[in-house]
Amino acid sequence: MNAAALPFLSVLRARFTLMLQYRAAAWAGVATQFWFGAIRVLILVAFYEGAGKQPLNLAQVVTYIWLGQAFLAMLPWAPDAEIAAAVESGNVGYERLRPVDTYLLWFARALAWRVANTSLRVGPVFVLAGLLLPLTQMAEWRWRLPPDLSAASLFCVSIAFTALLSSAITVLLNIVTTAVRTPRAAYFLMGFTNFFSGLVVPLALMPGWAQGFLLWQPFAGLADIPFRIYSGALSGAMAMQGLASQALWVVLLVLIGRVWLERVMARIDMQGS
Amino acid sequence: MNGLQLYWRFTVVNIRAEMLYPSPFVLRLTSQFFVTIIEFGGLWALFARFHHIRGWTFAQVALFYAIAALSFAIADALSRGFEWVGPLLIKTGNFDRILLRPRSTALQIVGRDIQLSSLGRFLQGVVVLCVAVWLLKPDWGVTQWLILAWGGAGGVALFFGLQMLEGVLAFWTTEALEVVNLLTYGGEAAAQYPLNIYAAWFRKVLIYFVPIGCSLYFPVALVLGRGAPDVPPWLALLTPASGFAFLLLALGAWRIGIRHYTSTGS
Repeated sequence: MNAAALPFLSVLRARFTLMLQYRAAAWAGVATQFWFGAIRVLILVAFYEGAGKQPLNLAQVVTYIWLGQAFLAMLPWAPDAEIAAAVESGNVGYERLRPVDTYLLWFARALAWRVANTSLRVGPVFVLAGLLLPLTQMAEWRWRLPPDLSAASLFCVSIAFTALLSSAITVLLNIVTTAVRTPRAAYFLMGFTNFFSGLVVPLALMPGWAQGFLLWQPFAGLADIPFRIYSGALSGAMAMQGLASQALWVVLLVLIGRVWLERVMARIDMQGS
Repeated sequence: MNGLQLYWRFTVVNIRAEMLYPSPFVLRLTSQFFVTIIEFGGLWALFARFHHIRGWTFAQVALFYAIAALSFAIADALSRGFEWVGPLLIKTGNFDRILLRPRSTALQIVGRDIQLSSLGRFLQGVVVLCVAVWLLKPDWGVTQWLILAWGGAGGVALFFGLQMLEGVLAFWTTEALEVVNLLTYGGEAAAQYPLNIYAAWFRKVLIYFVPIGCSLYFPVALVLGRGAPDVPPWLALLTPASGFAFLLLALGAWRIGIRHYTSTGS
């Protein structure tokens, strides 16, 4: 094992253990996500009634919604809470004293947070929506498995990119928080994140003229691209385009984050005494 | 000083406290407006593709959406204090201090935290209402507006009661229960659409169990001239009263909760 990677691995492990302690919060989250998923499924089922052919069929949309609920914790809604607190207390200056790369450390923290949080929720939501729902009269509205092996494996690649992309955006939010010294500014992004990731409305259902833009903007990679790949709605060359869009944004946002962090840290003001 | 004057005092103090730090307040308010108005953009996108939902047009659904958003925003601003009863008052023992004062406990809780940043959500409701009215070009008289206001008031009472129940549960759990959000936020999300688009079982939940549909569906449908066929107009006019009945029940539960309360502080 490379010795330089050790600090980051231990951050990952510590975060994971911490998250696993809050099981009650995770259960409440699962109940909330199942309930909101159910409401959204009911609404889209009503929209689809009597509608002609759509870019996604009803089964694909329903699965898309369940995936959105299961992977909700992937969305970079807020900066890292501990770093935001450190910014407000002035302790963020200590980040400069650690003998590790600040960007990598923050990235590892964000990644650990997203992955731990998500992995706690995917299973229970799948049990509810994928295994228990089919036993009721609402079997039609269940979370379905991917149509074939290639969709499943491409989804695994894509969701890994999602975790990286989400972490890169989280670090950017950390940097904004450090620069303006309040976490509040970051919340503006939340509306964009929800809308352009496809969480509010699956991007494929948005107007046709916007589709090219929608696929290549950074937020699509947070939810829409992996979910469409999962149900086979993006396959072959289109799936590759989706993955390329994700990879491109990961690289771009990491580069921006690195340069920006250097600048912000160079003239950081410490609050407190 | 009577209750109303006291509440007014609380409001003034809350506003003054917010204005000490105006820029975070403005940030919170605008970001809330922004987040919610973008969600409304999602509604537009769905209608751009599907044109209608079970026969309801975009303008009609926007009216449901607006009334739900407005009543939720008002209730949220007024009742947020109950969310913190468990962690901030009961766990710390501070609830004893509230009991010592010769004033209504519920009033003190409500007055502690008046969420002015809910104005952001409220503004979103106003914008959506304007869109709906602009598209519908209705020939409403005072009566129709009064019916809408009455439905909205029932909705406020209901959301307020739900939030209050979270405070009541805290007497037993001492925690803020996220589960109540299923009914408040979930209820608002469901009431943004006319109730008859939902499956029958879900509709029944929203009419008989958590009567959100009563306040936010029947009156609005009546104004739009598309009342539910099996509900006569006089009944549709009566249904928002269920929101107030729910609020009374919640108040009763609050009394029981207080009787159950044993101090945890030192």
